[in-house]
Amino acid sequence: MAILEIKNLIVSVEDQVILDGINLVVRGGETHAIMGPNGTGKSTLAQVIMGHPKYHIDCGEILLDGIRLNEMSVDERSRAGLFLAMQNPTEVPGVTNFDFVKTAVQAHLLSGQHLRIGKFILALEDAAKELKMGSGLAHRYVNEGFSGGEKKRNEILQMKLIKPSIAFLDEIDSGLDVDALRIVGENVTAMKSPDLGLILITHYQRLLDSIVPDFVHIMIRGKIVKTGGRELIAKIDAEGYDWLKVELGIDEFVEKKKPVSLGTCATKSLK
Amino acid sequence: MVKNDKVNLETIDEEYKYGFQTETKTVFSTKRGLTKATVMEISKIKGEPEWMLDIRLKAYAAFLTLNNPKWGPDLSMIDFDDIVYFIKSSDRVENNWNDVPEAIKTTFDRLGIPEAEQKYLSGVTTQFESEAVYHSTIQELEDQGVVFLDTDSALKAYPELFKAYFGKAVSYNDNKYAALNTAVWSGGSFIHIPKNVKIDKPLQSYFRINSERMGQFERTLIIVDSYASLNYVEGCTAPIYSNDSLHAAVVEIFIADHGYCRYSTIQNWSNNIINLVTKRAIVESYGHMEWIDGNIGSGLNMKYPSCVLKGDHAKGTTISIALASKGQYQDTGAKMIHLGEYTTSKIISKSIATKGGRVNYRGLVSEGPNAKHSKSKIECDTIIIDRESASDTLPTNIVKNFQGEIEHEATVSKVSDEQLFYLMSRGLTVDQATEMIVMGFIEPFAKELPMEYAVELNQLIKMEMTGSIG
Repeated sequence: MAILEIKNLIVSVEDQVILDGINLVVRGGETHAIMGPNGTGKSTLAQVIMGHPKYHIDCGEILLDGIRLNEMSVDERSRAGLFLAMQNPTEVPGVTNFDFVKTAVQAHLLSGQHLRIGKFILALEDAAKELKMGSGLAHRYVNEGFSGGEKKRNEILQMKLIKPSIAFLDEIDSGLDVDALRIVGENVTAMKSPDLGLILITHYQRLLDSIVPDFVHIMIRGKIVKTGGRELIAKIDAEGYDWLKVELGIDEFVEKKKPVSLGTCATKSLK
Repeated sequence: MVKNDKVNLETIDEEYKYGFQTETKTVFSTKRGLTKATVMEISKIKGEPEWMLDIRLKAYAAFLTLNNPKWGPDLSMIDFDDIVYFIKSSDRVENNWNDVPEAIKTTFDRLGIPEAEQKYLSGVTTQFESEAVYHSTIQELEDQGVVFLDTDSALKAYPELFKAYFGKAVSYNDNKYAALNTAVWSGGSFIHIPKNVKIDKPLQSYFRINSERMGQFERTLIIVDSYASLNYVEGCTAPIYSNDSLHAAVVEIFIADHGYCRYSTIQNWSNNIINLVTKRAIVESYGHMEWIDGNIGSGLNMKYPSCVLKGDHAKGTTISIALASKGQYQDTGAKMIHLGEYTTSKIISKSIATKGGRVNYRGLVSEGPNAKHSKSKIECDTIIIDRESASDTLPTNIVKNFQGEIEHEATVSKVSDEQLFYLMSRGLTVDQATEMIVMGFIEPFAKELPMEYAVELNQLIKMEMTGSIG
């Protein structure tokens, strides 16, 4: 059973603290939802865990099954079992979806294993069918000319074939109409198993109606400020986040500067 | 000629799989350097008619007076006295593969030529140094009246046709290297497709330079008659030496009304070849010329395939890629000269600069005063892989009437961090991801090639891209 541990993660860009001491444990079989206002660091968290070169970790540790990910490259993290369904999947002109997904699946084979192409094609067709994607999709270029909904479904398609042990779904519901949301929801729910830990990043209740979380975390200004169960979702949907800010005494207008955040990171010297 | 430094040479050696040299017997060769006597000697050996010698001598005189172009890469390092202009490696052109001299046969076997011929070609000519050594065409084409010969044999067999077209698209004084080619030309392909004959399977020529400090000056002449169509493929390689060799070819193509010609090249000379080629097609009414032009090899390359759209409704297309890696300078592009009304042209150019290579797109599109209602679309995309590499886009677009249109789009990009992140987040290594992005970038070109060439091209590019982002 997989376990992702995020310990006191602090990330800043230039002078601005974006993640301010995140602690989170996600186990296989669990579904976590991370909610929060815009610009609060939710997507950054997912990208940092995946290893985007844009971000530098000031302090803290990310462990997958006890193995430290901090120094691993993006592809190594993927092969270790991590997956990120992106909010804005990038277009790769001239590369067919088929070649891309095939190469990705191959990359995840253990050494000595070979991709059985016939089996792969059947799996790809099945996955596309389950996601109600058009049959021509395999031969279109990666995400090029895809509608918002097609791009999101394409992310789930990859996830189905790569079979990660920990997956972040970053606003997988944005740009989806009601039907597409239902299809994505059903597919993700069907993937739930003790071998998969899920982290859903979203603004909306409707995604969490179809993929039901076990834990809900509220993130504001780079911190997880509250963790609870499903009851939090309804409250946020009805009242927004203002009550939380009042309850926790968070001031919107004070920017947090980097040196302040380093209090817990005693070994790291200040710039 | 120019000495490459040793280090450079070794790195080329690792990556260029056609860099082997074969020991061959030379039947005859001219002395190093170029004089009037050399020109006369070449003509004499070939037993040419008087008019050809006249043109050669005129061209030689023009060569002496013409200067190197004032634009583009510096060519002043070429030492014309240090080149061998003519090497004869075989007494005759064979049409049975087994009769080709053993050493030459070995070379082409290693290059995979006989295999390709059996699989998917209608005919093939292979040229070793200055002259063709092997030639074959399938019977079916000969029955239809198709002429596919090496250029030397064609001059003997079809003197009238030859004289009517030779030098009519590229005159002997067009530029310094066209003059040089006209003075010392040898070998090349001659193709005549008669009226209404359409060839589906490609005809191919393969050019091989085997000697150090030699010049290869083949001359290709293609005539596509009314309503006829041709698909022609050309390949080229050379061994690796520390001294450069010169390749200065001239290709002339004539497309009659409603004719069609596609000319595909994968130029994969080793990095010690200086490649200076003049390629031009004259297209009559409703004719269509397509240049599919791949430039992967050679150290210094200047090549701008041209279409003169003479007849009304004539059409020209150039789809090209150029890849400049370590020690390479690719200055390539296209020319479209619109003369007739309702003529259309399209240029798609893809350039890749990596490991310190330099690649330029240089193009000319001109719509003349009579080329009313003409349209042209130019699309130049460049991808620069690292900080050491460079690229320029140098287009010239001219419209001389009020009804013409030219559309020009150009992009320069690097492999984007977001694309790399996306692909790597699916488990692809940085090399795999870069390779995939670059292969996608050249896809519009690769998909135009016959399958076998596309595969070969992909392998070449992959080889060049390995380790380019560290």
